[in-house]
Amino acid sequence: MSVTDDPVALNQWIACAYVGQVTPGKSYDTAMLGQAIRISCALDGTCTCHEIGDDGGPGRQLPLTQRFEILFTTLGDTPRQLPDIPEFAEADRRVANCASVGLHASPFRIVENFLDMAHFCFVHKDILGSMEKTEVFTYKTEHRKDVDEIWATDCAFFQPAASTSAAEKGGGQVTYYKYRVMSPFSVMLYKTVYGNAERDDAICLFIQPKSETECIAYMPMAILDDQSTMTQIIDFQQTIFLQDRIILENQRPVLLPLTPSAEIPTKADVSSIAFRRWLKGMGMRFGILQEQAA
Amino acid sequence: MALKLYNYTLSGSCYKVRLLLDFLDLDYERIPVDFFPGKEHKTLDFLDINPLGQIPVLEDGPMRLRDAQAILAHLANSYDETGHWLPRAPALFGPVMMWLMFAGNEIMAASAARLHDVLGYELDIEAARANAHAAFRVLDDHLTERALIGKTWIVSDHPTIADIACFPYTALSGDGGIGHEEYPAMRNWMRAFRRLPGFNAVSGIPEFA
Repeated sequence: MSVTDDPVALNQWIACAYVGQVTPGKSYDTAMLGQAIRISCALDGTCTCHEIGDDGGPGRQLPLTQRFEILFTTLGDTPRQLPDIPEFAEADRRVANCASVGLHASPFRIVENFLDMAHFCFVHKDILGSMEKTEVFTYKTEHRKDVDEIWATDCAFFQPAASTSAAEKGGGQVTYYKYRVMSPFSVMLYKTVYGNAERDDAICLFIQPKSETECIAYMPMAILDDQSTMTQIIDFQQTIFLQDRIILENQRPVLLPLTPSAEIPTKADVSSIAFRRWLKGMGMRFGILQEQAA
Repeated sequence: MALKLYNYTLSGSCYKVRLLLDFLDLDYERIPVDFFPGKEHKTLDFLDINPLGQIPVLEDGPMRLRDAQAILAHLANSYDETGHWLPRAPALFGPVMMWLMFAGNEIMAASAARLHDVLGYELDIEAARANAHAAFRVLDDHLTERALIGKTWIVSDHPTIADIACFPYTALSGDGGIGHEEYPAMRNWMRAFRRLPGFNAVSGIPEFA
């Protein structure tokens, strides 16, 4: 494994551990973009991050910042700003650090799976979708140039048990979604709070690409739910993510093609199309399928 | 409710117990354990419940049991009026016990590989995968011999708790990077298992293989 030379990928803040993962006084070795790194936490809880050199010793020190219950670092000199997600600061929200899950897949396939509503009925049957109501209604996508993010809005889907609190009360509902791709390696959604049409739960996915085909996914949430225990909330989120994991690990080709004709989209995939166009526009090479000349 | 299960949804060992509770159509209470990331099963409070710091634990009235295999044997012994899940006939009882122990020992290598790949546990992943493949070879050879005499299940003419105990970590092994390509008899058996009345899948079970 060697570190990528793609400046677009290098200049991103990338999740490298969740808060509480590294025991004070210990260190944790992981990787990002092909570069081995070590996160060391002192007994007082302050953590530092270094590259691990070829000799196994500490190399260049990397910046480390904490946001959304996650530690982020970057290999680049001019990284894209971390996103602003004001919901995490709202006093009445519960912030769930759902830890992380490893998976052998492309980071971009993970983002696309998160954006996709068409799989709800099949992969998350009886939870996020029902076999009786499989239609993905027309929604809008846009490239918000002021923040350079991809948004999908006006998304609606019938869900039998959209969240922990909905599952407990046994009520299906039409859930309204907004999706927001915040960087090539992070995406989030806003979805209707069960029983409260005014406000949205904020559910995030930050991806640490260890290599082009091996990732760790972090799933912090800022939600409005005064019923469920944190254990139940985390259990729900992990159950959903592991249903996706088996699908993601079996997608071929593993790397994401950006040539429009490489994979045939449907109308439900317009958010993926916008995402791929955006990746192409920024010149991303890391994790992208290099097309063979005919 | 008389039956209480200390449960983590993604645990294959808890899944063994949930499968039998569903097959027997028994009501029970689930007590969620924050296995990951909380490591609640290693807390002092939980060590009071199970000094081994493992899930599942079943409470049946005043009785408290640990070990998925022991719990399966208890539930089948107490609540299965057909006697099919735990046959008492001498020709069947011993083999059921033998495969039950196999599920609690050799097959657990597949669980270790899954913990490594999914939850980032630090362990010797190559050894875990090799040991799981060795166990699957034994199970697949056995199921091939069974198929040659027209039998579907590991021991009896009916599914037993041996089938239940062997199913979760076999079916979930893909989560740990262990494919089913080399085990055709095992694949047929898993397909038959998924068709049992009362079967419920858990995240990571391949439903279309």
